[in-house]
Amino acid sequence: MNSIKKHDLATLGACAVLFAIVQTLLFVDFIGPFWELNIILILINVILSVSLNLINGYTGQFSIGHAGFLAVGAYTGAIVTVKLGLPFELALVVGTLCSALLGFLIGLPTLRLNGDYLAIATLGLGEIIRICILNIEYVGGASGLMGIPRFTTFAWAFWITVFIIFVIKNFKNSAPGRCCLAIRENEIAAETMGIDTTKYKVMAFTIGAGFAGTAGVLFAHYFYIAHPASFTFMRSFDILTMVVLGGLGSMTGAITGAVLLTAISAVLAEYPEWRMVIYSLTLIILMINRPQGLFGSKELSLKMFRLGGSNSGRATESK
Amino acid sequence: MDMGSFAQQFAQQLINGISLGSIYALIALGYTMIYGIIKLINFAHGDIYMLGAYMGFVATTMLGLSFVPALIFAMVAAGIAGIIIERVAYRPMRNAPRIAILITAIGVSFFLEYGMILIATPQPRTFPAIFEASVFNFYGLIVNSQQILILVISLVLMAGLTYIVNHTKVGKAMRAVSFDADAARLMGIDIDKIISMTFALGSSLAAAAGVLVGVYYNSIDPLMGMMPGLKAFIAAVLGGIGIIPGAMLGGVIMGIVEAMVSGFFSSTFRDAASFVILILILLYRPSGILGKNIKEKV
Amino acid sequence: MEELLKVNDVSMIFGGLRAVSNFTMEINKGELVGLIGPNGAGKTTAFNMLTGVYEPSEGEITFEGKRVNGKKPYQVTAMGMARTFQNIRLFSELSVIDNVKIAYNMHIQYSLAEAVCRFGRYFNEEEAVTKKAIELLKIFKLDRYKDEMAKNLPYGEQRRLEIARALATEPKLLLLDEPAAGMNPQETHELMEMIRWIRKEFDLSVLLIEHDMSLVMGVCERIYVLEYGFCIANGLPEEIKHNKRVIEAYLGEEVS
Repeated sequence: MNSIKKHDLATLGACAVLFAIVQTLLFVDFIGPFWELNIILILINVILSVSLNLINGYTGQFSIGHAGFLAVGAYTGAIVTVKLGLPFELALVVGTLCSALLGFLIGLPTLRLNGDYLAIATLGLGEIIRICILNIEYVGGASGLMGIPRFTTFAWAFWITVFIIFVIKNFKNSAPGRCCLAIRENEIAAETMGIDTTKYKVMAFTIGAGFAGTAGVLFAHYFYIAHPASFTFMRSFDILTMVVLGGLGSMTGAITGAVLLTAISAVLAEYPEWRMVIYSLTLIILMINRPQGLFGSKELSLKMFRLGGSNSGRATESK
Repeated sequence: MDMGSFAQQFAQQLINGISLGSIYALIALGYTMIYGIIKLINFAHGDIYMLGAYMGFVATTMLGLSFVPALIFAMVAAGIAGIIIERVAYRPMRNAPRIAILITAIGVSFFLEYGMILIATPQPRTFPAIFEASVFNFYGLIVNSQQILILVISLVLMAGLTYIVNHTKVGKAMRAVSFDADAARLMGIDIDKIISMTFALGSSLAAAAGVLVGVYYNSIDPLMGMMPGLKAFIAAVLGGIGIIPGAMLGGVIMGIVEAMVSGFFSSTFRDAASFVILILILLYRPSGILGKNIKEKV
Repeated sequence: MEELLKVNDVSMIFGGLRAVSNFTMEINKGELVGLIGPNGAGKTTAFNMLTGVYEPSEGEITFEGKRVNGKKPYQVTAMGMARTFQNIRLFSELSVIDNVKIAYNMHIQYSLAEAVCRFGRYFNEEEAVTKKAIELLKIFKLDRYKDEMAKNLPYGEQRRLEIARALATEPKLLLLDEPAAGMNPQETHELMEMIRWIRKEFDLSVLLIEHDMSLVMGVCERIYVLEYGFCIANGLPEEIKHNKRVIEAYLGEEVS
């Protein structure tokens, strides 16, 4: 069996062990509801973070409206279960596909913009989505969509997260993934080497948006309600911060960033007035001192956990 | 709605729009100047506007100043704040990747907002009535004397800025740095000082807008800078980011469009209209109305 | 001789500036052609028009009889034209071998699903591409750097990688934009050998922009000379060397 397959299986095995441990602790109530909530939130944020990393980190596109896709997933998924009475599995599929479709439709015209302009466009689009939702009575308008059954369990969240991480990892280590990296590195050179840059940018954007939608479905079905206030630019910014903090272009970084920032938020939840002040100060200090984030664009490359594959560069600092 | 009242509503919203637009223009000028000089979208700029409003509040309530001195106080205080922010948060990041600086700017924005919530509580404050509003009625059109005040002050400030940028040495240096910072440095221009100057000017204009809004709407709160900041930014892009007359033009257009949408459709879609303008501009003319399209050299 | 590229009365106008005016050029199969001229003459603009980065304002470019105008760069590459850049445009943070693998992208057939789920053609084609990439790197003596980040390579090696990468797209016409920039005479000489060898080994034609006259005179079979966007001369190296107009363009009127 070739080495890539061996590594994948080893990683999956480790995940299964981790899952078994946490699930047991949850089952025997060793981990209470507060921590369960935070674990699930961490997993959702990990999905958001790695999916945004696909767009911003791997493909180098400046997208800061990710909360919009989260919202679309949450609402469409909720419509499926609450309004149509259909099963959760279907909600997951529908939420993912709707967000992906929106990502595709948005990506096509906007991805020819670059840098700052793309950033503002995505920010604007995220806001437009939120404002539109605010004005649609069918999904509750300003009061939100309530009464969403809690279908999201630790098991669902965990294995979906693992699945998404694997998909994105495999994507990165394949030809389309390399094209995205090439676009990030030097878009003009990539075009010249025969890569249809628009196609791959839209592809990355669509996949990233789709997975944000998946996270949205999980989110809505844990917190009983989908409310426009959960999907503001602040949320997009939170996700962006997780990715940048961990290191733009690093999957390990994205995961770490998500875990860290969710944990910090949880700890600071006791002091709401100070939370944002400390949070923003920490951010500023971190950016000034280490703008490339914790991992830069490198992956953690332990023999067992080869998340990166061949094209991640060495984990050691090269001058 | 018959033609007569349509025309009346149109004219009324035009008046409202010009007033609103002047506010957006004042804020947009800061965005455009800062972007022009260091290519940074200063997300914290909207919060400088908020800071200015609070400084004005402090000046009128605690220091008992009248309108003009309070305005000057707020402008100076915000100018200093702008210089400090640039020095502490942005200067160390001159060579960092763009996205890192953007995040820092957003961090500063949140810091200002939530810092103000900590200091001043999230409750809105009422601005004292330091400028009595008289209402004029021209053939059914309602014009508030405060709206006239806003327009007059904005014009004066914009004229002042235009003078500084086009007819003084400092202004010339600012323009030079925004064209080519390295060349400017080689010509002996102190880049750091000029950048500080730019921040000071931009911030003071935003603060003036804040005070004017405080006077007109009477209510200020720590998060008041978010939406206007975003819209002013869109205005700057609309007119052509980095181009000073563009910010003025963009601001006025944004104000008028918003007033029209509010008056003729619904106020809930008012905000969406601004973003739609943004998307349209970015798709069809990203360099803005007054901007030039510069191809990347391969 | 079989005609490969035909540039017919092509002009590039930027606002008020005519960067290239009424440029006509032919390149036949297997030829080694040079494009020279003082700085700002429009040589890189001409390249950019050939490769689809710019669309010519006037005139027509055809490659193997097919129209090039208005095609996007990746489509032009698929037609069989590849280029290197004046200021090296490597994928700096990616490994050397990845730089080359990316250029082989056009030959990869497996779908997105196969890539993500890792079944079907994925493993075979990945292996094939990796093998081809290593072979190509071996030819250019870059295989020992294969896992190194491109930006860490010494300058000369980076230039070679640029060329190797362009060759990975399996072009019929290779456009080299100042390949000898920054090289010493020894390296330039090796480059000359390499260009001749590439032409033979890969069975292609070469068009190069260059300032280094020893390279141009030593390697090109025909030369076109641009000045201020106009083609002021074209012909064999010996003719160009003694062409009064060309000498004037480079050295100024007084010298001739």
